[in-house]
Amino acid sequence: MDELQRFKDTYITECFELLEDMEEKLLNLDQGSPDNEDLNAIFRCAHSIKGGSGAFGFDRITAFTHILEELLDAMREGELSPTREVTDALLQSVDIVRQMVVAAQSGQEATEGIEDSVANQLKQVVGGDSESASPKEEIVEEESDEISIFSIDFRPKEGLLISGNEPTLIINELKTLGILECVVDIEKLPTISKLNPEKCYLDWFFTLETEKTIDDVKEVFEFVEDECHLDIEKIAGFAKMVPTAEKAESNEEKIQEAEDKSSDDSKVQAPNTNVVEPLKAVDDTAKVPVVTSIRVDIDKVDRLVNMVGELVITQAMIAAQSSDISFEEHPRLVQGINTLSQHTRELQEAVMAVRMQPVKSVFSRMPRMVRDLSTQLKKDIRLEMSGEATELDRTVIEQLSDPLTHMIRNSVDHGIDTPENREASGKPAQGVIKLSAEHAGGKILLKISDDGRGVDRERVLQKAKDKGLVASDAELSNHEIDNLIFMPGFSTAEVVSNISGRGVGMDVVKRNIEALGGTINIINKPGEGSTFLVNLPLTLAILDGMIVRVGREKYIIPIGSIIETLRPKNDEVRKIADANDLINVRGDFVSILYLHKVFSIQGAEKNPSKALVVLVESGMDKFGLVVDELIGQQQVVIKSLEENSDAVPGISAATILGDGKVALILDISKLQELMGSVENEKHESVA
Amino acid sequence: MVKQLSDENDLKQKTGNANDSKADEVSDSLLDSHDICQFLTFSVDKELYGVDLLKIREIKGWTETTRLPNSPEFMKGVINLRGAVIPIFDLKGRFNIGETIPTEKNVVIIIAVGDRLMGILVDAVSDIIEVESGEIKQAPQMETRLDDKFVSGLISIENKMVVVLDVDSLFDTSSLNIEGNLVSDM
Repeated sequence: MDELQRFKDTYITECFELLEDMEEKLLNLDQGSPDNEDLNAIFRCAHSIKGGSGAFGFDRITAFTHILEELLDAMREGELSPTREVTDALLQSVDIVRQMVVAAQSGQEATEGIEDSVANQLKQVVGGDSESASPKEEIVEEESDEISIFSIDFRPKEGLLISGNEPTLIINELKTLGILECVVDIEKLPTISKLNPEKCYLDWFFTLETEKTIDDVKEVFEFVEDECHLDIEKIAGFAKMVPTAEKAESNEEKIQEAEDKSSDDSKVQAPNTNVVEPLKAVDDTAKVPVVTSIRVDIDKVDRLVNMVGELVITQAMIAAQSSDISFEEHPRLVQGINTLSQHTRELQEAVMAVRMQPVKSVFSRMPRMVRDLSTQLKKDIRLEMSGEATELDRTVIEQLSDPLTHMIRNSVDHGIDTPENREASGKPAQGVIKLSAEHAGGKILLKISDDGRGVDRERVLQKAKDKGLVASDAELSNHEIDNLIFMPGFSTAEVVSNISGRGVGMDVVKRNIEALGGTINIINKPGEGSTFLVNLPLTLAILDGMIVRVGREKYIIPIGSIIETLRPKNDEVRKIADANDLINVRGDFVSILYLHKVFSIQGAEKNPSKALVVLVESGMDKFGLVVDELIGQQQVVIKSLEENSDAVPGISAATILGDGKVALILDISKLQELMGSVENEKHESVA
Repeated sequence: MVKQLSDENDLKQKTGNANDSKADEVSDSLLDSHDICQFLTFSVDKELYGVDLLKIREIKGWTETTRLPNSPEFMKGVINLRGAVIPIFDLKGRFNIGETIPTEKNVVIIIAVGDRLMGILVDAVSDIIEVESGEIKQAPQMETRLDDKFVSGLISIENKMVVVLDVDSLFDTSSLNIEGNLVSDM
């Protein structure tokens, strides 16, 4: 239900947009010489509204837009010119549809008959052809005349599900027509081992007691007509107990009741049984909260975010300047400053939340892609997704789509084998790709894993050597080999297979992820599959940072990458001639990087046992950064450094501290790469 | 003679900027030899330099910068200019005629180069001068201590010579990059 409600909400929002479009186009419609493009656009709008309304059971909208569509079609064909009257009628009908959608949004029925006069007008314009008479009209005229009992024999063909139809929805819709009894025939259901979940094995036999006509019942099956064997028969019918003369009156009462409903929440008792149904609908849906949202230009939100960023800086400045004001002397001032900092933080969080969106918007594109690709490649692959509701900054989400698509595509193409090969290697024929998102330590962790072949290390290494990416006599650890796939000029498409030539290369993926301030790592188990771990920041605008001092310079380390800070004892530091110095952290040896060396800073503490080591992690690896001092933790607003100057290796961005000075934010994953170059340099200078 | 020189100068400007004639205000004004050009003049190491006034965004006192790691010596670091992070260059260092040890008396001129803003550290701001573009002479080679690609012209004013700088080539980021790497000696 929840899911359905969400789709419904989307549909309704969409309807409003479409209607707006339609209105605009109608107003533009050049009389006499209609622009075919415009007409087509209007037709498409009407058609989209109709399509959706059918799916959600907004029958009146369907019926009405159907007429509209017919008229527009006639116009497209040039059978009808858009005279003033025609466009007037069309604009009116836009209003009518909007009213119906508004009613649908609040879960109510639009006022009875609002569409009738316009519908008639439209029909007259089309040519008064009785053939095009709306189903709606039939409903209006016939629904109250009598109650019928239908027997419905519904035998779907096996392919019903594949064509995107869902019997449950059909049954639900039948339920809305009246009293439904249902018998399921499971004769065709195979044993579980032979069961294919994509096929429909069930047959249904319904008995429906309704006041609707046979056509209405048939309409429920409109979309599956070709996909099933269908027999609908009227087996009984009897007149309603209410004389038709009273109908109008009771309808009025009903509307009155419905209106009362909005002001008075008391349970409405239907005046008589014949009008119970629509009233019930009011009751049921009134409880569903109306989703109210406004569409805001993203520039406005960004401006807000920027201003709040400036506010945070100013607040930090005031806090820094006022730190030595004593509470005893100026209690109000100190209190005020404290409250200010609290409110600023809350304001900032609230503003950032505006930009947050669930990753679902990216994830939802994947199942279709996996399905299409696997069909194309004759593979059998299931995509399992979890954590779709995890929220991320809008900008991150936007830029996540490409790398994610690429990785999934890689998994389908290169990771998972054909069913035959899989069975031969003792795996189930169906491959599984898992895509998940979760919060992990102030960051978002995305996992993309498959149970395929994994990365073939021998071939990767050979390839890298062939391409001259590594020396031909190089000895690389497994971990290093796995990471070769992220190197530029190393297209994975050619590594493991030649099935598709569209592999862009994981280096692009890595670059994209790093541009977002994230990291990517691979866990490779040859023969068992591979997992890509993508760590992403929640937001690109603000960061929790630790301010550290090196010599006279201050740098900011993202808190998210810090594991711990320690001061190693002298005997815990190992100098290694050819590689990075190591420190012993409770038995683990971790390489350390001297920030003053990488950044050529004078006057910094060179001995790690006198300085501090900040252990940081970049993806799967951890290493230590040697700094002089920790100054404090602070939330900082990220400012682009590259806006006015060139990128600096090892620095991801800048920020402005409380004293108005610029501080640089360290790029941990880049520093890790720099480790190697420093060591080489050191090695040379020693030699 | 003067006239001829300036004509040549004009011609050079014309051909050089034929494609983006409207884009650059300096060259535009130089095209018409009777146009009035305004320059901000400032001193670096007792010499006078000028920059087209239209490129100047702001003049402010020296504030301490944050050094960017491994940047060339003449790159003094970055400052916060109302929320934007702006690099500051030492003009003396850029000309390879030494290094300015900035004090509070030094001045930073914020200029626009392309889409970017940057500051140049100078000794002192001197004046705003107005000259007809005809009075801007082409710089004879070897006359100044500078690489002539940084110089777009010379102006004589009250027996003093003002070197008009071509800030676009002076802070062309692609050349900075290369030199930056050389200077920092990674």
